[in-house]
Amino acid sequence: MRKKEQKLVITFHTTADAMAMEKACRESGVPGRLIPVPREISAGCGLAWCAPPDRRESLLEIMSQHGIEQEDLHECMI
Amino acid sequence: MIYMDNAATTLQKPDAVKAAVMRAFDTMGNAGRGAGGPSLDASRVIYETREKLARFFHAESPSRIVFTANSTESLNIALKGLFCPGDHVITTVLEHNSVLRPLYECQEKGTELTILGCDKKGNISYDELESEIRENTKAVVCTHASNLTGNMIDPGRVGKICKKHGILLVVDASQTAGVWPVDVSRMGIDVLCFTGHKSLLGPQGTGGMYVRSGVEIRPLLSGGSGIDTYNPRHPSRMPTALEAGTLNGHGIAGLGAAVGYLEETGLDVIREKELSLMRRFYEGISAIEGIKVYGDFDTDRRAPIVSFNIRDYDSSEVSDELNVEYGIMTRPGAHCAPLMHKALGTVEQGAVRFSFSHYNTEEEVDYAIRSVKELAQE
Repeated sequence: MRKKEQKLVITFHTTADAMAMEKACRESGVPGRLIPVPREISAGCGLAWCAPPDRRESLLEIMSQHGIEQEDLHECMI
Repeated sequence: MIYMDNAATTLQKPDAVKAAVMRAFDTMGNAGRGAGGPSLDASRVIYETREKLARFFHAESPSRIVFTANSTESLNIALKGLFCPGDHVITTVLEHNSVLRPLYECQEKGTELTILGCDKKGNISYDELESEIRENTKAVVCTHASNLTGNMIDPGRVGKICKKHGILLVVDASQTAGVWPVDVSRMGIDVLCFTGHKSLLGPQGTGGMYVRSGVEIRPLLSGGSGIDTYNPRHPSRMPTALEAGTLNGHGIAGLGAAVGYLEETGLDVIREKELSLMRRFYEGISAIEGIKVYGDFDTDRRAPIVSFNIRDYDSSEVSDELNVEYGIMTRPGAHCAPLMHKALGTVEQGAVRFSFSHYNTEEEVDYAIRSVKELAQE
């Protein structure tokens, strides 16, 4: 297994929101990628946006600009 | 073979549509069911198509676009999910069975139904529509264009009436999406139902709906959603709320490419060509002795459809003759629009329907005119 790092993980209500997030971040050049929602965050399934924790502000700004609603925002070891 | 049954399904699709579907077979997994490459690829393609359709119909957000298999599914979701016993709904005789039959089912459960008639040309009266609105009227459900006559109902005009009375407008754009611009915001459309395989030039098995923010529709289906697994209820967030189960990703890839093609080509270019072919055909056949054309041709604000009969000939025989002797594909008989046939007096005879694509040519139309002329002289 890879060494875990501290990450910011954003979950969404729908897959459509997750896809909107990926697109918005790509367009803005903000790093990150879609991952399966980690077990410690939710026992359900789905996609989450995983990004470096120091980009929290720019991520929140992108979400507000694009009207993307988060379900939850976590900092955890991924 | 000359194909003039485009109101049923457009046969010729843009090359980009075929390429997108073939590419999808090689690349797409199940959207929203994992973060592996193929799954994400499917999610991205579906999301991009959602975005394109939102832009195409002027929706406030891609999350208000729902994918379905066709207009019939969209209309079933909308009508069965919106209306309750005691609600009153207004619709028209122009409607297809995909509107009428779900509404009859609602009626059996206690929804009140008013069906507006039409004049001799097959047009509704907007004043009559407004006068039918009652205290308990929940919505007007109407087609954007009749699949039989091609006559249009102006959704903007109906939308204004609906807004004035605080009721919903549900529009069936099966015959117009991809020909006429549909702006849900400007027209005041609350729910728009469309299919992918007609003028949108996508694959069969694709379609969808727009649902205005704030309009709640009870889902017809529940099941897999890719999110919220341990919730015993299907998620209520749009678009997932109305999209249970694996989507037709391969088809949606094609639909996305089709919308791209329409945007690049321009709806005005496509519409102008189709209406000019329709007009040419109409002018060519309407003067032939024994031909009766249905619908309103005083205007070009219509779908590119010409339905007619030759004397008292069975429309099925005429259509078959056009197929076998002339290689022209049309649709005869009843067109799933029972009340429109009743209004036109063509229940027994049906009608021969020619419907045009921008891929048809003037030469094809001229050949079709000569063929009809020959049949009418026999």
